[in-house]
Amino acid sequence: MKEGIAEKQVCKRPTLRQPLPYWPLHHCPGCNHGIILRLIIEVLEETGHDGNAVCISGGGCSARFALYLDIDSATGIHGPNTAVASAVKRIHPDVLVFAVQGDGEIGAIGLGSFVSTAMRAEKITSISINNACFGTTGGQMAPTTPLGMITSTSPEGREAEGTGFPFHGPELIAPLPGVAYAARGSVHTPANFQRSKGLLKKAFQAQMEGLGFSAVEFISTCPSNWKLSPVECLKFVEETMIKEFPLGEFKNILKGNEAA
Amino acid sequence: MVTERVLCSGNEAVGWAAIYAGCQNFFGYPITPQSEIAEFMARELPKRGGVYLQSAGEAEASYMLFGGGLTGERVMTATSSPGLALMQEAFSHIAMVDAPVVAVDVMRLGPGAGTGGQQGQTDYRVVTKGVFGGLNYFIIAPHSIEEVFEFVQFAFHIADKYRILAMVLTDFIIGRMSEFIELKSFDFGPLPEKDWALKGKAKKNNVSNCHFSGLVFGGIPAFFERQQDKFNKITEFETRHEVYRTEDADLLIASYGSLSRISRGAVNMARAQGLKVGLFRPITLRPFPKSSLLEEASKTKKVLVVEDSPGEFVDDVEAAVKGRVPVHLLDIKARHIAGPSGLIFPERILEEVRSLL
Repeated sequence: MKEGIAEKQVCKRPTLRQPLPYWPLHHCPGCNHGIILRLIIEVLEETGHDGNAVCISGGGCSARFALYLDIDSATGIHGPNTAVASAVKRIHPDVLVFAVQGDGEIGAIGLGSFVSTAMRAEKITSISINNACFGTTGGQMAPTTPLGMITSTSPEGREAEGTGFPFHGPELIAPLPGVAYAARGSVHTPANFQRSKGLLKKAFQAQMEGLGFSAVEFISTCPSNWKLSPVECLKFVEETMIKEFPLGEFKNILKGNEAA
Repeated sequence: MVTERVLCSGNEAVGWAAIYAGCQNFFGYPITPQSEIAEFMARELPKRGGVYLQSAGEAEASYMLFGGGLTGERVMTATSSPGLALMQEAFSHIAMVDAPVVAVDVMRLGPGAGTGGQQGQTDYRVVTKGVFGGLNYFIIAPHSIEEVFEFVQFAFHIADKYRILAMVLTDFIIGRMSEFIELKSFDFGPLPEKDWALKGKAKKNNVSNCHFSGLVFGGIPAFFERQQDKFNKITEFETRHEVYRTEDADLLIASYGSLSRISRGAVNMARAQGLKVGLFRPITLRPFPKSSLLEEASKTKKVLVVEDSPGEFVDDVEAAVKGRVPVHLLDIKARHIAGPSGLIFPERILEEVRSLL
């Protein structure tokens, strides 16, 4: 311990994080993926699923969640995480199975799997991360890119004519009878972090009660590709992202919420 | 023990074999001429406590196979040519994470939609060489329903023994024709523990496993060395072939699967006429029985390749024979009629044999 630094623990290390030096977080400074990873770990710990969970991630910025988490996991196929997760769940119905996905994985390359998994009422949870672009490949336009946003494949800013409109995953699947829970949260403030934990807990609850498919989308910053400072990014989330992608629940059939 | 003898098609035999091999999980999508496998599984697995999961297309079925294989339970899929094309991506990922899975390809004529689901062996090149990323999988080609029943069970054994994708390659003829089989489980020997299986770490002394289909952290030469060692072992111990009436043969017919069955008829007809003709049948296509074929071919004067495709299988035969004897080809153009029901008949093969001897 260095001189002058008090030996007071203010924050516990998440138990389900693979011990360092293995797999240090690879995300850019100011990115919210690390916060979302912590959120998932806290929810797994608090709901007692530490030893009874399987994570299936895919490609892109959330791919390595499978490596960071000290739970059973698989990763590497980009897009169809929910199909992979479906098979695990069918074989182990007693295990909590969730897919960690990027916005391309629910809205582009993985759209088919995402929707067909919801249609099958598959008892798994999709945790998707919406950062308005394809982060790992260098900030190209994603289905979730807001209109007007400049990306490397929408250099003049995204226009509805020719590229269509931003994709709203939870809202899209909410009307399907196989969907038990669909929500969107953000982690750009401590209050939102806490609210988002509640959303994920309910999604897991819906899965383990066997009610159907559950999906929670989290908004994340992307300083490197938005070309904004981390602080400016938080402002962008507040002023642009949340306007386009409203936070809250779009479907909740858990007991006591039937009308919601 | 009394065993049950049933008359069933090749496709149904795939289903029976899976059940007798203890496979409880099938992920698939209907496609002609494979659909009877999916129908059999949908009927038989749920009542045995198993999983029949119909995906939204063949690509999804193969992704499910990836996930299912990593749980350590026996899993399988079955498809036909265009569906197989959609599974190629997942097959490569399956190879990367060493997931033990079984896939059945009931070939139909291609390219494209082909004839809509009739006979052809036009997947040879894509199944034996088609996976991106340079990895191999095990491929075995039965020529009878009895062999379908045995080889599907063997494929599960190979998959578990070596942690590899094991494929059983049949076609319209094998899939749809019926023969008697004796329902029983085969014992192919001991298998390693699946201590790497995904099922929640609480069930594994609190040790978690991560299966990552990627090489982003290095170790690349070691990875490929390990994969090559694995396939070298399979080549050494699991390569299979069959010879038929090759003693004193002047001409060796080489063919596999349904066409080897037809060629066998041609050999019998030729022998009845005093022509010294034998048959070499690769049973495993991957690993290909190269050295055995070279040995057999070297004892003859000519090789005649018979395949129901436009010269795909012949490449492997030529590579094995290494120019020791001339290799001739009788391919899909030798069918008796131009329509989808066209077949290469034994008489046509005999005619070719006569012209070569």
